[in-house]
Amino acid sequence: MSKKSVPEINASSQADIAFLLLIFFLVAASMDTDSGIFRRLPPMPPEDVVVNPPKYAKRNILQVLVNKNDMLAVNGEIMDISMLKDKALEFILNPQNKPDLPAKDIKEVPFFGRVEVSKGIVSLQSDRGTSYKMYIAVQDELAAAFNEARDIKSMEQWGKKYDELDPEQQDAVRKVVPTAISEAEPKNIGGTK
Amino acid sequence: MAIFKRDEGSKSAPTISTASLPDVVYMMLFFFMISSTMREVTVMVENGMPDARTVTKLEKKSLVSNIYIGRPKAEFVGMYGSEPRIQLNDKFATLNDITSFVIAEQEARSEEDRNSITNNLKVDMDTKMGIVTDLKQELRRANSLRVSYAARKKV
Repeated sequence: MSKKSVPEINASSQADIAFLLLIFFLVAASMDTDSGIFRRLPPMPPEDVVVNPPKYAKRNILQVLVNKNDMLAVNGEIMDISMLKDKALEFILNPQNKPDLPAKDIKEVPFFGRVEVSKGIVSLQSDRGTSYKMYIAVQDELAAAFNEARDIKSMEQWGKKYDELDPEQQDAVRKVVPTAISEAEPKNIGGTK
Repeated sequence: MAIFKRDEGSKSAPTISTASLPDVVYMMLFFFMISSTMREVTVMVENGMPDARTVTKLEKKSLVSNIYIGRPKAEFVGMYGSEPRIQLNDKFATLNDITSFVIAEQEARSEEDRNSITNNLKVDMDTKMGIVTDLKQELRRANSLRVSYAARKKV
């Protein structure tokens, strides 16, 4: 028997080629998945129609103002942003049915049956001079308040957090706690352009 | 146990086989090819995204149209100034271009997807709200109402 085997094809350069391709894809590609705060803008009213803004009772509105110095005022009183979430949460849920917090409607919702749905609307108004960072921080706090309210509702119903529910249950919770953030038409009060 | 005995003297230390190295690299290559998307536009504005806790992921990449806002990067300051600008695709744009951009984005998608395009607003965190508000009004006028304020997940 001969001790020599069949000569192998030298494959060491294949690794180099593969590395080249790998590095090309690493450079040309971006891995980041887009994430963000999703919102639906209200449709533009037709220009020739004068729309009277709907009237809401004062108790049903949580007025959030952010001025050009990134200062926050909720229902007329200056507030730190760390307090906003609790304030909004109390506004959404109104657990003690206080007369100065939103009224509630009785609605028919799957899983829940007849349930109280808050009529409250968070009205967010920012100035042209407000920084985007502050605006997102406020949006984030409000969204966090709504999420927490949903967590509380789903805890009462199923003993689970909102994220752990299946899609139909999430839908139902969203009907009980709808995202009611309204952005007022932009104003220009002493804004810097 | 003669099988385990090395025929010493005739050979030096055995070389490590690198034959499987290409396979490993190919595996990595395919992983990156599948998990990544091609970078389509060169961003010409500053793009420091704000942090937020309640971010949601944008599910369908093909239904996202990106709008960048921020100060032009250093190499463009000479030409476009240092005020925040809007960037659509590969060029700077003004508010008047938004409507045609929205229509072009809708044309590029199939009929049934046109109403589910999400405008991903990638706004630099030092930008003032004025330009963002203008953009939102313009999007409302163009009836493209789904927006996502791009933000990073705060940990």
